[in-house]
Amino acid sequence: MTRTLLTGNGAAAWGMRLARADYLPAFPITPQTEIIETVASWINRNEIECRMTTLESEHSMLTAAGAAAATGVRVFSATSSQGLLYGMEMLYTVAGWRAPLVLVNVSRGLAAPITLEPDHNDILAARDCGALQIHCATCQEVLDSILLAYRLAEDWRVRLPVIVNLDGFYLSFTREPVQIPEAAAVNRFLPPFDSGNLCFRASAPTSQAVAVLGGGPYSYFRYQAYLAAMNALGVFEEIGQEFRKQFGRSYDLLDTYHCDDADILFVMLGSFATKAREAVDHLRASGQAVGLVRPRLLRPFPKMALQRVLAGKQGVAVIDQNLSPGGGFLYTELATALYDQSTAKPLLVNFIGGLGGRDISREEFFEIAAETRRAVTAGTAPLPRLLFTAAELREVRKLQAIAGSRREPPRREP
Amino acid sequence: MAYDYEKSIRPGKLPHIWCPGCGHGIVMKGLIRAMDTCELDRNNTAIVSGIGCASRLPGYLDACTLHTAHGRAAAFATGVKMAKPEMTVICCGGDGDGTAIGGNHFIHACRRNINMTYVIMNNFIYGMTGGQFSPCTPTGMKASTTPYGNPDPVFDISKLAIGAGATFVARTTAAHPREIDKLIAQGIKHNGMSIIEVLDDCPTSYGRRNKFRSVVDMMKRLKKDAVPAKAAAKMTPEQLEGKFLTGVLYHDNEKAEYTEQYAALIKRVQEGA
Repeated sequence: MTRTLLTGNGAAAWGMRLARADYLPAFPITPQTEIIETVASWINRNEIECRMTTLESEHSMLTAAGAAAATGVRVFSATSSQGLLYGMEMLYTVAGWRAPLVLVNVSRGLAAPITLEPDHNDILAARDCGALQIHCATCQEVLDSILLAYRLAEDWRVRLPVIVNLDGFYLSFTREPVQIPEAAAVNRFLPPFDSGNLCFRASAPTSQAVAVLGGGPYSYFRYQAYLAAMNALGVFEEIGQEFRKQFGRSYDLLDTYHCDDADILFVMLGSFATKAREAVDHLRASGQAVGLVRPRLLRPFPKMALQRVLAGKQGVAVIDQNLSPGGGFLYTELATALYDQSTAKPLLVNFIGGLGGRDISREEFFEIAAETRRAVTAGTAPLPRLLFTAAELREVRKLQAIAGSRREPPRREP
Repeated sequence: MAYDYEKSIRPGKLPHIWCPGCGHGIVMKGLIRAMDTCELDRNNTAIVSGIGCASRLPGYLDACTLHTAHGRAAAFATGVKMAKPEMTVICCGGDGDGTAIGGNHFIHACRRNINMTYVIMNNFIYGMTGGQFSPCTPTGMKASTTPYGNPDPVFDISKLAIGAGATFVARTTAAHPREIDKLIAQGIKHNGMSIIEVLDDCPTSYGRRNKFRSVVDMMKRLKKDAVPAKAAAKMTPEQLEGKFLTGVLYHDNEKAEYTEQYAALIKRVQEGA
């Protein structure tokens, strides 16, 4: 085992290397490019055995990835933002093929306006495609999650593509100490890919994911993929325990911090949750019983685990690094998850923060905790609140003045 | 007397993002001169680009400009031209943007022969993302993703455009600045799809990797390998080995222009009803 400093992108490349992926189709996009460049340099130095092709777009890249997985080889690829959306059509297809592969998405806000910095609207757009999603908060978790992802994807009860998500810039380009496991230990944890009947064999052909006309077979196969995805909850817990035995690091469905005795909880995804963790320490120091929950697995949604952790809490601040008409995604998903309980439910308060890489300060976490407490006292939750300061508004007004494009309705003569 | 480029540049937009020695600035100046030659009304001129270094060009120009999604310039431009056929539409972009992720839109815009001018800056590389090979990286040359030399065959953009149905196709290089504006102006005046391929230099991502000692080296190479199409007619295949043709490569005034054909169709069907 080696301990070294790696960026999130470097950790992703190491995950792919240790997983011994056979094939890597690639297309450059910021902030993901470093992953394929790192792997390319290893192939170049003959350090790993892998075939890499640079395609002409993410759509072709994911097509090649799915087709390669369908021939029975272990496939890895990586993309980001616009690229994930451009390849989206194929994500549905590959999930329908039940072809296991691992795709890393380095989160970046979607256009328009164009940005390079992270939020989760890109990865959340893929939430219904049938691929599973693991969200990471640290560089170590990125590496480990790729190994977990292959186990999950290739498990006979699952057999679906898995997307491992990390935040652009904040994680992709931040160096952290990472333990690189021994190859032999990884080989024990992640044996070679057994593709079963997913292969090309002219003498004994099988049909997979062919066209079906009529809703019956279509419903059957879509529902089968849904059930397979739901199996992933149990399988993830199982392989998480196996991972702990092998490597000593534990990965549960949820990453919880000071939850047991808390009356207020923060719920967040990804690397920005490490900021919430730091704020929890400060809030605890000032005597406030605040905790943090970070779902690792987002697809399938760990509903029961969240119900258990949130049981008996007064208020839950759901901090969404995404925005959808109707509120943040995590907020609406969590509200759905809690609804079918007969017991008292905590009050959910929705905050929208970290869009396009906007920082969330410690003070804002204090304010989030205070606002959640006020909502609990009042007994009603306010509308989703955007974390945004007066100073930021002034900066935007300056930009608008330069652009000369404030949107106002046309004036009508009286 | 120095040429007045500033009147065409949006105030406060400079300095540009291009590296020292990049040819995109030469092309931008050529485009400005061509627009002046054609006496284009800025309010009636749309300049559309995708994503990449070359696609940053419209942002500096004082016209109706659209900076869009990767590879999609021709599709956006088609939308603009169909909605407002009276506008002069110009596309700008690079070889990666136009012929890789945007290859589909590029050939179909050519096929339709819609009246626009596409200035495609071919610097043989993906510059902005750090030097990955593009469909135009010459076989054998190095990119960040082809450390042993590019094994892939190459797109000849001009031939691709002619084959796809563009009706005015011309090629020049950043080392021939005087030819750039003449060809672009001819393209703008041509009623149909005009492709102006400008072979360009990317010292940062292409030159360094491929042992060009300087920008001057790269420019000299472009000059050395360029053969005017007229001169090429008198040369043997051996003499043309490793060279590329410049000037007007294809010009067809016969093929119907798309928006006119479309308007005629509407008129015919409505009158027939």
